[in-house]
Amino acid sequence: MGDNIRVVPDATCTFCGCVCDDMVLTVDLDQKRITKSENACVLGKAWFKEHAIEERPFALVDGREATTEEGVEVAAQILANARFPVVYGLSDTTCEAQRVAVAIADMVGGCLDTTTSVCHGPTGIAFQGGGESTASLGEIKNRADLVVFWGGNPAEAHPRLFTRYAVTAKGMYTPNGRKDRTIVLVDVRRTPSTPVADIFLQVKPRTDFEVLWALRALVKGRKIDPSIEQRTGISLAVLEDLVDRMKRCRYGALLFGMGLTMNRGRHFNAGAILALATDLNEFTHFVAKPVRGHGNVTGADNVVSWQTGFPFGVNFSRGYPRFNPGEFTTVDLLSRGDADAALIIASDPASNFPKAAIEHLKCIPVINLDPKLTHTGRLARVSFTTATYGINVPGTVYRMDDVPITLRPAFDSPYPSDEQVLTSIRDRVRELLGGNRLPAGDPLAGVAVS
Amino acid sequence: MAVMMTLIGGRTSKQGTSLCAGKLGAEYLQVTSTVEMNVEDMARLGLSNDSKVRLRTPVGEVVLRCKGRETKDLPPGLLFMAYGPLSSELMAGDTAASGMPISKNLDVEVEPVVDGAAESGEPHHG
Repeated sequence: MGDNIRVVPDATCTFCGCVCDDMVLTVDLDQKRITKSENACVLGKAWFKEHAIEERPFALVDGREATTEEGVEVAAQILANARFPVVYGLSDTTCEAQRVAVAIADMVGGCLDTTTSVCHGPTGIAFQGGGESTASLGEIKNRADLVVFWGGNPAEAHPRLFTRYAVTAKGMYTPNGRKDRTIVLVDVRRTPSTPVADIFLQVKPRTDFEVLWALRALVKGRKIDPSIEQRTGISLAVLEDLVDRMKRCRYGALLFGMGLTMNRGRHFNAGAILALATDLNEFTHFVAKPVRGHGNVTGADNVVSWQTGFPFGVNFSRGYPRFNPGEFTTVDLLSRGDADAALIIASDPASNFPKAAIEHLKCIPVINLDPKLTHTGRLARVSFTTATYGINVPGTVYRMDDVPITLRPAFDSPYPSDEQVLTSIRDRVRELLGGNRLPAGDPLAGVAVS
Repeated sequence: MAVMMTLIGGRTSKQGTSLCAGKLGAEYLQVTSTVEMNVEDMARLGLSNDSKVRLRTPVGEVVLRCKGRETKDLPPGLLFMAYGPLSSELMAGDTAASGMPISKNLDVEVEPVVDGAAESGEPHHG
């Protein structure tokens, strides 16, 4: 370690949706790397350790090294000439960058979608059907005496959710921390999260909806046939005991993961758990929250919602935003072969989308922004190296409970931020199109707008 | 002998830490090319830890290394693997008009590999 050391207090980790803002980072400014990250979990420590400055080209165009400016020109030409482009990703960048991405999608009359569509998108759909009994993580820390984790593994995916907010944290009305809470965990398998639970319900795969609906019925005093055990793996007695605990608790929280949304039933599962929380409010205070994954996926929902009125899966082809999951969501756009270009920011669909979608990505011009080389970067026609948000780039991110947090970067990067690259692309596209592209059929379509 | 099982995709600590180092790195590739299987199922199929096994769905197939889990942790008939390029090979693109492809509880055909086939994702597979 060199002598040029800086300590950054109250820094923020943007690895997962917990967005822990109590990091104390020790930074070697000469080597441009973080050498110590106090308070970080195992994921946060890896995040800070592995985001030093790497020697990479500013941009690659058709595999050749290029400047950022050259990359911007090619990217802008691709977007200006595309008829049905999709702008996708955005969960690992700042709200400021997300806002510019929305403007680009609007300008080119394309589709706008975020990683929410393959995360808690079904929960977003369910919100629109039945609403959300919500709370901040601070409220849960201070008040919740019964916490039910459903379809998730926070010990591995959100390690500090337990210690900062929902299990061992000591709060105003939970002064004894763990002793003041009953923890229930529902999953199809035992995970490293299971040992924290007082009660573990191991449900059979694909039966979450049935268990949730049975709980709703029991909360409302209806009879459930004991054969529920053969169907779901959970006995009626266990369900009745859980309902009794839920009704008698002072403040209950249902924290649910992608075991509900990535499963058969999708938004019906999410709607069922949200409805269960609503039902329980006839007896006590109960909330239900999705546990969000990437660092600023919640910011993406917020930015896209306040700019378009919808959280994801938005299309601007008619000159105004329309929302239709299944039609304007990226997996569908790609798997059907609809999109003719893609601008992918801070995500890697080529490593986690279905095979058919990845095959189509290989057939269309892709523009990718990422601090690291990824599978998507490798297949992209234009691949930009950008600075890492939270470590090199300031800005705003939203914690999973919709609380905005300001970033405190640790050291400068020679690479531009996502926001800077996107702003340059937006400005150049505006020059090429002469303003927003007008929808087909509009009397002014094809006429340059000053 | 091929049998049908249910595959759950998910996240793990190792997957999370190794993706920070880079998704093209050896550790990430290793983490995402391992499937966890119930030890009784493994015995029934003549598999041991690090044996190669082929998983097949109507849209694709991959060859993975398997790792045994006790019945109390992973019931018979269930498989678990960390999300990554290989789990994508098994996922269908249909989202039932929701935007969300199914990546948990996939029906997969499981078959021990006896012909010395390379694991999916090994370097010579690109």
